[in-house]
This record gives sequence, structure tokens and C-alpha cells, in this order.
Amino acid sequence: MNLFGDLTLAALYNGPIVLAAQILIATLGLTLAVLLTYFKRWHWLWHEWLTSVDPKKIGVMYIVVAVVMLFRGLVDAAMMRAQQAIAASPSTGYLEPHHFDQLFTAHGVIMIFFVAMPIMFGLLNIVVPLQIGARDVAFPFLNSLSFWLFVAGAILVNLSLVLGEFAATGWLAYPPLSEMAYSPSVGVDYYIWSLQVAGLGSLFSGVNFITTILRMRAPGMTLMRMPIFVWTALGSMGLVVFAFPILTATLALLSLDRELGMHFFTTGGGGNAMMYVNLIWAWGHPEVYILILPAFGVFSEVVATFSQKRLFGYTSMVVATMSITVLSFTVWLHHFFTMGSGARVNAVFGIATMIIAIPTGVKIFNWLFTMYRGRVQFTSPILWFLGFVLTFTIGGMTGVLMSMPPADFQIHNSLFLVAHFHNMIIGGVLFGYFAGITFWFPKIYGFKLDERLGIYAFWFWVVGFLVAFIPLYMLGLMGMTRRLDHYEVATGWQPLLILAAVGGCIILAGILLQVAQFVVSFRNRKKLRDATGDPWNGRTLEWSTSSPPPIYNFAHIPLVHGRDAFWGVKHMTHELQAAQEYQDIELPANTAMGLYISGFAFLAGFSLIWHVWWLLPVSIIGVILCLIVRSFDMHTHYIIPASEVAHIERRRYHTSI
Amino acid sequence: MNNKYTFPILIAVFGAVIWLVLYLSHGHTIAIIDAKGPVALRERDLLYFAWWLMMLVCVPVFLLTAGIVWHFRADNKKAKYLPNWEHNNTDELIWWFVPTVIIVILAVTTWNSTQELDPFKPIANDTPQLTIQVVALNWKWLFIYPQQGIATINYVEIPVDTPVRFDITSQGLMNSFWIPQLSGQVYAMSGMSTQLHLMANETGEYKGSSANFSGEGFADMTFVARAVTKTDFDDWVAATRIGLSTLTYAEYVEVAQPSSKYPPTEYASVVKNLYSRILMQFMSPSGMSQMKTSRNHILGAATTTISTPTSTSSTASTSVGHAVMMDQTPL
Repeated sequence: MNLFGDLTLAALYNGPIVLAAQILIATLGLTLAVLLTYFKRWHWLWHEWLTSVDPKKIGVMYIVVAVVMLFRGLVDAAMMRAQQAIAASPSTGYLEPHHFDQLFTAHGVIMIFFVAMPIMFGLLNIVVPLQIGARDVAFPFLNSLSFWLFVAGAILVNLSLVLGEFAATGWLAYPPLSEMAYSPSVGVDYYIWSLQVAGLGSLFSGVNFITTILRMRAPGMTLMRMPIFVWTALGSMGLVVFAFPILTATLALLSLDRELGMHFFTTGGGGNAMMYVNLIWAWGHPEVYILILPAFGVFSEVVATFSQKRLFGYTSMVVATMSITVLSFTVWLHHFFTMGSGARVNAVFGIATMIIAIPTGVKIFNWLFTMYRGRVQFTSPILWFLGFVLTFTIGGMTGVLMSMPPADFQIHNSLFLVAHFHNMIIGGVLFGYFAGITFWFPKIYGFKLDERLGIYAFWFWVVGFLVAFIPLYMLGLMGMTRRLDHYEVATGWQPLLILAAVGGCIILAGILLQVAQFVVSFRNRKKLRDATGDPWNGRTLEWSTSSPPPIYNFAHIPLVHGRDAFWGVKHMTHELQAAQEYQDIELPANTAMGLYISGFAFLAGFSLIWHVWWLLPVSIIGVILCLIVRSFDMHTHYIIPASEVAHIERRRYHTSI
Repeated sequence: MNNKYTFPILIAVFGAVIWLVLYLSHGHTIAIIDAKGPVALRERDLLYFAWWLMMLVCVPVFLLTAGIVWHFRADNKKAKYLPNWEHNNTDELIWWFVPTVIIVILAVTTWNSTQELDPFKPIANDTPQLTIQVVALNWKWLFIYPQQGIATINYVEIPVDTPVRFDITSQGLMNSFWIPQLSGQVYAMSGMSTQLHLMANETGEYKGSSANFSGEGFADMTFVARAVTKTDFDDWVAATRIGLSTLTYAEYVEVAQPSSKYPPTEYASVVKNLYSRILMQFMSPSGMSQMKTSRNHILGAATTTISTPTSTSSTASTSVGHAVMMDQTPL
């Protein structure tokens, strides 16, 4: 038996472009290690961050990893745009088809699983406990484990760049292409096991946040008094809990096909690929709503806050959120109207899809009427909202076009579709997350982000987005399918693809401005400092505590008397809590066990990818041992004595005056 | 900063980009709009209909957004400010009700048009229907004309004003058969037969391609669909039949080897039952008898619709050996 399974030195070299990426990764990693050693920051990193179970810190780490992965996904996108801009026959571009195929697969996988999902989980971690007046999530250790499982998955994806290759199948790895017969290399295995490991983390987070929201709300915060962001988080996490097991099972079946020669989705032996397509979309469609619901939640908070007015139609919003949650499980077939279902089956799923447009439309009107008779401040979160209204409405409109099966027969799998879902995921999800990050940044770091650069970034992003994606609608109508690594020059597609590439460059400028925004804001942090804890004249509980909040969030658990609990306090309708003595606060202690378990999970994934069979039982036993050790750990919590709470709180009032 | 102009500027940028896109695509075929057959025309009209209906929603939303944001901007102190106004039943009923009405209209249209434009439904026409069997190979298209006994690769010729029925399958990978100027797409999947009915109203050459990614050679998986007059079609069939090349099963296995940019090819004759044999190669003998003849047309439906005299069971027994062979060594 080979000690390294199928792994040989040959897996290291995959052509000059990949080599450059490998060198870049190595250089960045080394630089980081050297810097940490030079500034003696390893200890700090380990104790303050890596082993922390504080949801605020876990949230920040989620977003940091997501931003790193965003750059990887962006490089993939830029390379694809460049390839398509030049690959009109006789040119075949600068990329081999096999490399191009890996790029669009990696781009999709990374952007959905390792950028959008972790930003969402990051926002939830930061905001949900604060908004419901809790000191922590329900299962702090599980929360840390979720995060580290996600990191293990992310490392597996990036490892594919260094060792071997990634899947070249498209982001959902449809069989039979993803079966062993057609994709014998490690690419699909990297895909499967990175998603299995990260997906497990997502499922745990789902359980964790549902429990947190249902069980840990401050006294007086009934369900119908929860901030809308918490409602959308609840819907989204409900979807996670129901949808992610489907993904896990589907990928498990695919790996059984690949590793043990089974026939769930093969072309022969009674297998059927249509089953995979159904299953993967039974997860895949809810996934879209897992991402967009919290973005809706962000906009609900942002619009109300910056209109200095109550959210209009709270009940309608809750009903709309929850109906979207339920309906999102009833439409998955619209991803394959063209697979040959009966006309009536197609029609039913098409109509179900359109019905989702109703609650979504209601949300838009409610936001508009929140601004109506308000005082709209044009801060960058509001600008992101306005950009969202434009792009999301366009995306919603083209989505309705595609929900009619006969129309879909023409635009399915074309660039029209690609443009549509980018409208939803960039214009909807990402703009929402940007608004959220800008909005809650001062809460976490104690200083605001530079507005001017934020507004510049916004303009470059939105203009770049329109220039990059509106041409794709036309290209779809011209008959250009997705995932083409080259095409005939006579098609007339090239000018539009060049325009799209220009749009990509504009977006890139927007991102650089965002980077500059972080740097400049950090340098001017004294000037941008938020001493009050409430920089936007906010409405909900997170603004009632200091910025950054103390580790225990609230010295006294607040008493809630209505919606917009903090707004009520500021307008003297009631007190947040009765004046009382400070008490001891019990908090979960740091633990590295989540990190260790995920380390073993990473090794398990690695051994399955490279068929290093001795390592698999070793890593599984490692996970089990870690769990046993953890279960005997009696020091999972620690106490902050009342005197120290009093001290921290006194210091806070001093600084805010 | 004059941020009150934000939304109008956004709309203006949007308009400018659309103008630029229209300008850059000017003079080229916009396949889905430039439809040349009744099916594609109906599908296009459906797109237009939904488009205009959606405009009824989008335009008011954009106007409303621009107006509200302008009027209720923070520095316009003349605007009414009601910070606690949060609810109005009438208003909310309106925006639950109006989208519902629009969706009901769309739903009725969808229900009817989906059945009318079902790709499995034959086109009502007096001219007898032409059947063409399509096999997606890596990475090329095989077309078999069972009524004429000829076959082509990466090239399909059809007579105008004649309903054509395509029976579609795949050797291995999932592809999608798409000639946008004539009709929407349908997936091509191994071991299964899907159908697509279409008709061309004008002579001409139309581009066809695979719309579902199928690996390395996918980008070159294009073909030409040539619509000609009925006499030209008959002449072409007669001329093709004169040749000597025969598409036997052995030759098929040869052709099915992965390759791209396969030149357009014609075969003067085709071995009988080739299409059903291609379909059957993945079926085990035990699975055969239990095959449902459901709409999803796994084998049962497919074999009954193919105009071949041979019984299915004999085809199956001969193909078992190949089934094993094919499954082990991907083509």
C-alpha cells in the first residue's frame, strides 16, 4: 500500500498559470507567518481569536475567511471574462478547455459556499445574539465547531489548487459527467469532500441559531417583537436544517458511485442522473433563499434606521418572509423544465415559482413605504439598498420570464440565465451583505467606515455590475450558452463579451476602493470613533450596548416592551432594565476542540480524496477521541465577577462622556 | 453631496448600458427574437407577453422609488415626517392584491402555453411528420433518418413547412439539444428518449448547439440545421442514398469515441434499429420487463414509438454485452 495513496509529486505541477497561483499562495502564507512571528502575535491570535467561542469574534472570522475566498472567486471570474473576451475563433483564448472548466466550477462553488454562506453566518453571529438581547448563542462550542468545519472545507478547496485539480463539471457536478467514468481524477472528490465537511458546519449552525432565536430572547421579546433581521435569520436557518441534509445525502450517494462502483446516478446498471438533478436542486433552490432572506433582513433594518422611521407593515414582512421560506421548497423543478417532465408538472412548478414573486414584491413595497413620510439619509447602506432595488427588480423580472416553462426552453442554460442569477446573488445577496457590513461595522470595531470611499465603491460596483451583466442577457437571447471556452467570431458575441469584461474591471475597481475604505478607516479610526454605541440613531437592542460590546454583550439582560426596543427607550416610553446591582456573569470558556475536530475532519476529507486509506480510520478515531475528551471537560464556563462587570461598565460610561 | 440624484442616475446608467448593448449587437442574429418556426415564434411571443406584463410592475416601482427617495430625503424639511406611522391596511392590501392579480394572469397563461408548447406534443399539420433520431455523442451530434434510412453527423437537413419530430438520446453525457431559431431545448440523456417537435417556416441555415455542459469538447458541439424546400430535401435524400458508407453498429462505436470538431458527415444507409440499440445498451435484462411506460419515457415508451419492425426483446439480448462494455469504458 502506498503511504500517500494516489498522491504523487506529479500532482504539484499543473502548468504555468497554476504554478503562479501556487507561488502566490506560498508567498502570502509565508509572509503572514513571518509577520505574526515578528510582531509576536501567535499567542494573541490563538487565545483571542482562534479558540474563541464569542459569536462576535466567530462572526468576524467568518467574514475574514469569506473575504479571502472572495478574492479567489474573483480571480476565477476575471480569468473567465478575459478568456471569453478573446476566445473568438480562430483564437481559442489563453486557457485550455479543461482549465477553463475548472475555473467556472471553482468560481460557482467558492462564491456560494465559501463567500456568500460565511458572510451570512458571520452577520448572523454578530447580530442575532445582540438583537435578541442574549449574551451568546445556544451552543457556543458547536458554533466554534461549525466555523472550523467551514474553514476545513475552504482549505480543501484551496488545496486543490496546490495538489491535483478541482472538478471540471460545473458547480453542481451533474452526473454522469461527475461519475468516475468521465471524471476519474481527484477534482470531483475535492468538490464532494470540501462540501461535505463545510456542509456539516452549516447544518450545525442552522440548529444552533434556531435554538438561539427560539430559546434565548430577552424577556418580553415575543416572536412578533423580534427585529425583522432575526425573523429572516430564523427562516434562513430553518431552510438550512431542512435542505442541507439533502445535499449531504446526495453527495454521499455520488461518492458511493465513485468509490464503491454503485449505480445511483450512472448511465448503466439501473442508475439515473435525473435523480441527482432532482435531489441537488431540492437543496439548491432553498439555498438561494438561505442566502437572500438575511439580505432582506439587513435591508429591513437599514431602511428603517436611515429613514428614522418605523418599518412599515411589520406583520406583512413576517408573513412574506415565512411564506417565502415555505414556498422555496416547492419550486426546485424549475431548474430543469427541459429535462422532459410532463407539461402539467412543468406548469405547476412554473406557477409555484411565480407565486414567490408576490411576497417578494410586498417586501419591496413595504421598504418603499418605510421611506415614505420618513427622513431618508443617503448613507452608503441606503445607496446599496437603492442599487438593490434596481438590480433585484430586473433580476426578479427576468426570473418571472424564466418561470414560464416554454419561455425557459429558450433561455435555460444560456447566458440569460447566468445574468439572471447574478442579478439575484450580486444585486440581491451581496449588496445586502455590503449594506449589513457597513451598518454593523462600528458596532464590532467601535469606529465607522469611511463614507466617501464607501460611496465611491458603491458607484463602481453598481455601474460595473450593469456593464458586466446586462450584455449577458443579450448574449443569451443571441443563443450563447453558458460555460463556452471559445466560440465562432461570426456569432457577433465578441463585442458584448468585451463589454462584459470591461464591466468586470469596473467591479474590480469597486473592490479595490472597498479595500482602501477599510485601510483608510482603520487609519482614521480615532476620528471615526463611535463612543456612544449608537452611531446611526438605531432602533434595536444591539445599539443599546457599547461599541464594541463587552464580551458579555449586556451587563443586564434587557427587558423588552415592544418592537424597536431601543428606540422606545430613547423616546422615554419605557426603561430597558430596572436599575440594579451588577451580578456575576457566566460565559463559555475558550476551547480549541472545534479546531482539532475540524483538523481531523480535514484529514478525513484529504484521505478520501487521495485514497490515503490508513489516514481515514486514524482521522475518524481522532474526531471521536476529541469528542470524548470534550465531554469530560468540566471547565467549559467561567465567571466574570460582578465587580469586574461594574468596572467595565464604569469605564464605558467614562469614555462615552 | 447631491445624493438625492442617486436613483435617477442609476436608471440613467441602466438605460445607457442597454443602449450600448443594443448598439453592439446591432446587425447580428438575435436567435430567440429572430424566430423562423411556429414553435420558436410562440415561445418568443410568450417572452414578450411576460416582459410587458412585468413592465407594468417594474416601471411603477422605479418611479415610486425615485419619487419617494427624492421627496422624503432628510434635508427636505418640507416633507411630512411621521416616524411612528407603520401600518395601513388599505395600502398593504393593495400590494398583496395587485401582484396577485398579475401572477394569476401569468399563471393562466403558463398553464395553457406549457401544454400547448409541450415539446412532446406533435405539431398539428396536414403534412406528414418527418422523424429524426438524435444522439448526443462526445462531442458531436448524430442524426438518424429512420424513414429515409440515412444518417448525418453535425448537420441536419429538414424540409420547410413540415412538422419534424426529434427523438433525442445521448451516448453518455447529459447534453441539451437546441436550435434557438426553431425551438427551445430539450435534454439528451443516455438510456432515455426525449422528444422535440418543431417546424421551420423559412429556408435557411440555423445554428444548433448543446446547451448543457458536457466536458472538454463542449464548446465545439455545434451543428447546422438547414431548412430547405421539400423538393430540395427529397433530392438531398436521394443523393445521400447513392453513397456507399453505411453506419453499422461497429462504425457507430468508432464514431462515438470522444472527439471534437468532427466534420459534417453523411451515411448512405444505417443499420436497422440503431437508435433503439443505443438506448438499450444501458438496460439489464432483468430491468427490461419492469420498465414503466411512463411519460418519462425510459425505454418502454421509446421503443414503442420507434418505427422498427424488430421486437424489442431481441434487440435487448444482443445489446447486453455492449451495455457492460460501454459502462466500463466510457466513450
